[in-house]
Amino acid sequence: MEPVEILSHTGGGVISVAWLMIALPLIGAAILLIGGRATNKWGHFLAVLMSVAAFVVAALAFFQLIGLDPAQRRQSVHLWDFIPGVADIGLLIDPLSIAFCLLITFVGSLIHIYSIGYMSHDPDRRRFFAYLNLFVAAMLLLVLADNYVALFIGWEGVGLASYLLIGFWQYKPSAAVAAKKAFVVNRVGDFGLLVAMFIIFAQFGSLQFAEVFPAAGEASQGVSTAIGLLLLLGACGKSAQLPLQSWLLDAMEGPTPVSALIHAATMVTAGVYLVVRSGSAFFPEGSTAGLVVTIVGVATLLAGAIIGTAKDDIKKGLAGSTMSQIGYMMLAAGIGPAGYAFAIAHLISHGFFKADLFLGAGSVMHAMNDEVDMRRYGGLRKVLPITFVTFFIGYLAIIGFPLLSGYFTKDGIIESVMHHNAILGWLAVVGAGITGFYMTRMVVMTFFGPKRWDEKAHPHESPAVMTWPLIILSVFSIGLGAYLILSNRLMVFLAPAVGRPEELPHFAPFAVTGLATLALVAVGAGLAIVKYGRAEVPVVQPRGSFLTVFARRDLYGDALNEALFMRPGQWLTRFAVFFDNRGIDGVVNGLAAGVGGSSGRLRKIQTGYVRSYALSIFVGAAVLAGAWFVVGTL
Amino acid sequence: MITAPTIEYFQLAPLLVLLGAAVVGVLVEAFAPRYLRRAIHVPLTLLSLVGAFALVILQTIRGVPTSPSAMGAVAVDGPTLFIWGTILVLSFVSVLLINDEEQFVPSAAAVPGSAEEEKAITEGNAHTEVYPLALFAIAGMLLFPASNDLLIMFVALEVMSLPLYLLCGLARRRRLLSQEASVKYFLLGAFSSAFFLYGTALLYGYAGSVDLHAISQALAVANGTDTLLYIGMAMLGVGLLFKIGAAPFQAWKPDVYQGAPTPITALMASGTLVAAFGALLRVFWVALGNLDWNWTPIMWGVAALTMVVGSILAITQTDIKRMLAYSSIAHAGFLLIGVMAVGDAGQNALALSGLLFYLLTYGITTVGAFAIVTLVRDPGGEAWHLSRWAGLGKRSPKLAGLFAFFLLAFAGIPLTSGFFGKYAVFRSAVALGEAWLTGLVVLAVVASAAAAFFYVRVIVLMFFSDPSADGPTVVTPSWATSAVVGFSAFATVALGVFPQPVLDLAEKAAKTLFVQ
Repeated sequence: MEPVEILSHTGGGVISVAWLMIALPLIGAAILLIGGRATNKWGHFLAVLMSVAAFVVAALAFFQLIGLDPAQRRQSVHLWDFIPGVADIGLLIDPLSIAFCLLITFVGSLIHIYSIGYMSHDPDRRRFFAYLNLFVAAMLLLVLADNYVALFIGWEGVGLASYLLIGFWQYKPSAAVAAKKAFVVNRVGDFGLLVAMFIIFAQFGSLQFAEVFPAAGEASQGVSTAIGLLLLLGACGKSAQLPLQSWLLDAMEGPTPVSALIHAATMVTAGVYLVVRSGSAFFPEGSTAGLVVTIVGVATLLAGAIIGTAKDDIKKGLAGSTMSQIGYMMLAAGIGPAGYAFAIAHLISHGFFKADLFLGAGSVMHAMNDEVDMRRYGGLRKVLPITFVTFFIGYLAIIGFPLLSGYFTKDGIIESVMHHNAILGWLAVVGAGITGFYMTRMVVMTFFGPKRWDEKAHPHESPAVMTWPLIILSVFSIGLGAYLILSNRLMVFLAPAVGRPEELPHFAPFAVTGLATLALVAVGAGLAIVKYGRAEVPVVQPRGSFLTVFARRDLYGDALNEALFMRPGQWLTRFAVFFDNRGIDGVVNGLAAGVGGSSGRLRKIQTGYVRSYALSIFVGAAVLAGAWFVVGTL
Repeated sequence: MITAPTIEYFQLAPLLVLLGAAVVGVLVEAFAPRYLRRAIHVPLTLLSLVGAFALVILQTIRGVPTSPSAMGAVAVDGPTLFIWGTILVLSFVSVLLINDEEQFVPSAAAVPGSAEEEKAITEGNAHTEVYPLALFAIAGMLLFPASNDLLIMFVALEVMSLPLYLLCGLARRRRLLSQEASVKYFLLGAFSSAFFLYGTALLYGYAGSVDLHAISQALAVANGTDTLLYIGMAMLGVGLLFKIGAAPFQAWKPDVYQGAPTPITALMASGTLVAAFGALLRVFWVALGNLDWNWTPIMWGVAALTMVVGSILAITQTDIKRMLAYSSIAHAGFLLIGVMAVGDAGQNALALSGLLFYLLTYGITTVGAFAIVTLVRDPGGEAWHLSRWAGLGKRSPKLAGLFAFFLLAFAGIPLTSGFFGKYAVFRSAVALGEAWLTGLVVLAVVASAAAAFFYVRVIVLMFFSDPSADGPTVVTPSWATSAVVGFSAFATVALGVFPQPVLDLAEKAAKTLFVQ
């Protein structure tokens, strides 16, 4: 079943004021940034209010949308012409964008609330909330845009917010470097997206989804594939997929709520959004571009999982896990309409349980004087009971414990991929097993076993403003997956926007792959319990086997980047500087000197004497009259 | 038996309001006690501008006239109303700047720094002739682009220019430079007026009329002497190109912009430019529209020379006001591209709407930039030398940030109004589909890049150099100056993000083109 046509919105209702979703947090950010210190006292409440208000608008728009006939559920709201003939600013309200809006504003609001407690001692709390609001506005623009230009503005906006928030504690050199790294790596991806946009405009003469998507079939195979691969490059940058994954682990230098909101629940899934949104046009079922998406997805899901097994820093472990889970989404998005609904379902349920896990990790860090090394944790379940229970629910959800969120959504992905390509399917099953290992390792090292705390640590449960968001997120981590997957609710809901397979899949709990997955997860979890629960965990990191070091060093991703790009890049710049000094500078300096020199010479005409000015006018008039004659008699 | 001419008073009302207020201003200057004069002048001037603007709006709502008024002497049509609105907005903000008494000499006749001047200041005997003079100049600006007859246009030119010559000489600081600017502007202005008048006479010799429509009809028949026509067009062109500061008639601009009191520079760089472009368009499109094959090649050369001279000479300027003057010359070159983009009615409307939009955005940004120049001061007056602006970003980040923003708008960076102004004009030129004009657009884009160099250089200077110990002081702006800067910045952002409403307005105004 193909996606339905994008209609121009004519009726009223909340959909016609959907721009409020973007405007409210944007106004919040502007007030906090321009208002300065005057807003210190109440700024964070304003930011929370704006985020919640955006959620209310999103929810109302959602209810209006589901009241419509499915064929009417893609509505484009024109706001204003931005660059006449090239780009309008308009919003596309359809099931896909509204699903993202609900996720972003709901999880975003919870994380805003959590941050009131988490950042309470930070002197720059107001600036932090301003950036969070800015992020929410940019992310909503990204998913609501009805054309690639507005999408790109949102895309750069979330990149900016991410950069500002990773480097929020910029006095730490590591944070400043991490922010820069994220920025530079993302630039590579953005370049891909930009070039894709150039090709789309050259090919179709428009960047509006409503005009590009229906015409996509007219482009030649090669052009379609090129656009698809370039879009994928953009998606890889934003979603930390191989080969542009290296920035995400360092991005954990930002405050933990940022890691939860931007680098787990929402922004890093923008790549999946881009692939699914453009899917019907540039990643059709069985296309080369789609195949590459699945390969990237499966490679990243394994790489992220392996990295996760060896990290002692709780946030970096979770970051590896995020990479891996997004790999699952990419994998599903690559196989076409059969996978879209599962990709988005996993994206939504992951948004909840991963935010839950990150905020739980933040709560642990809050209790342990910002200690992130899991080797210095242990036995925390008794002192942090609420954090423990919520974290444990998130843990069960992510490893796919039966009947929790992740069980339904991840199994859906594995099942649909298995139909598509058995090799990819089995690799995804292996990934699930590794997930069982590293997540169990994390829970065991943090909450069980003996205390390995630092002498100064006096852990205490976090305040209610932090625990309530955890509780709410964990409740959703329990039931959301079942709600979305059972009776294909999400697939039917999304069908007008992304299409769906003719035959709806049936959820089969006792299929071979499902059982195999569960068995592998159990094996992984058991191994982790044996290795970290039964045996003693050394406080100092042991040297580790070859494989452990391999995983610890992010599979030598950074080393590879350095060897392949940074060093040759440095050589290239050195050569370029050399060449530039000898060759190009001659030309450029000559040109600049020429311009400057002619400027200097021309300047001499400006003598300041009226008589010479009058003469130049007179000569000019004579030349003009002469020219008129010449042209007139030609 | 002579029949009385019919005058459409309502259509001319904006003009009459300003002239009336100017006459009242002269009476105030003559009869009101000194201590009351300013208190009367400021509200009188601002209210008359607001009133004139309201009348323009009212006329727009009541429907644009389709034939010239006052026996064919004045054409109040769609483009005129848009230009009037633009000039009135720009004049209003410029008058708010003029309101800063720090800028003007208390007694124009006194020798700079003399005892008489000192006395005039201490006794509060400051002269306030600047307000009625400005009103006369603004009234001239309104009439200039609306004239449908070359003689009326000449009168308007003089009504606009004579007060400006005087106003240029009224700066309180650097009196000699100001007086020099005044004399230079007067001499060269008179010289160019003579060209204009001579061109009028020759065209009358060719067509037997000074009415623009009659000239265009005579051209259609084409049975006059070509010599008269060509020389007449060239002379008329010189007079008009002088006013917009196109090369090779641009020499006065930097000297005059530098010497004049900065609020007056703001008025000239915005209002006069708009008025002069309006008049240029009317002459070349209405009277000489049938001859576009003849004048476009020459205009091409002038436009190319203007943007190259403006952009290149700006690079070596060390004075902020002179740099802005050269920037204004370069912008005049960009605007001339739109004048040449003539074709069928639809194409003309596209080009005209682009020009109207460009003029509005450029004028607003210019007033904002000059308003900031008035705030950065040395003990001897405003700090004009660029080296004095070094490190300003560290001492007054808000002010320097706003100035940097205006410079980016001049450079035409997206999300500023300057981008859409350039885009609208260049688009209309490319839409014509002629290689020679597209080539000029390419040259304009290259010149914009060169121009961006010297704008960004100032930004770098402000933000990446260390401030000197005895740097200039940034005075606390008066409410009026803050309002001007705020309005300009707001409009520059708003028109850079939501250009459509104003573009639509310009398109609507341009759709009817100039009445014949």
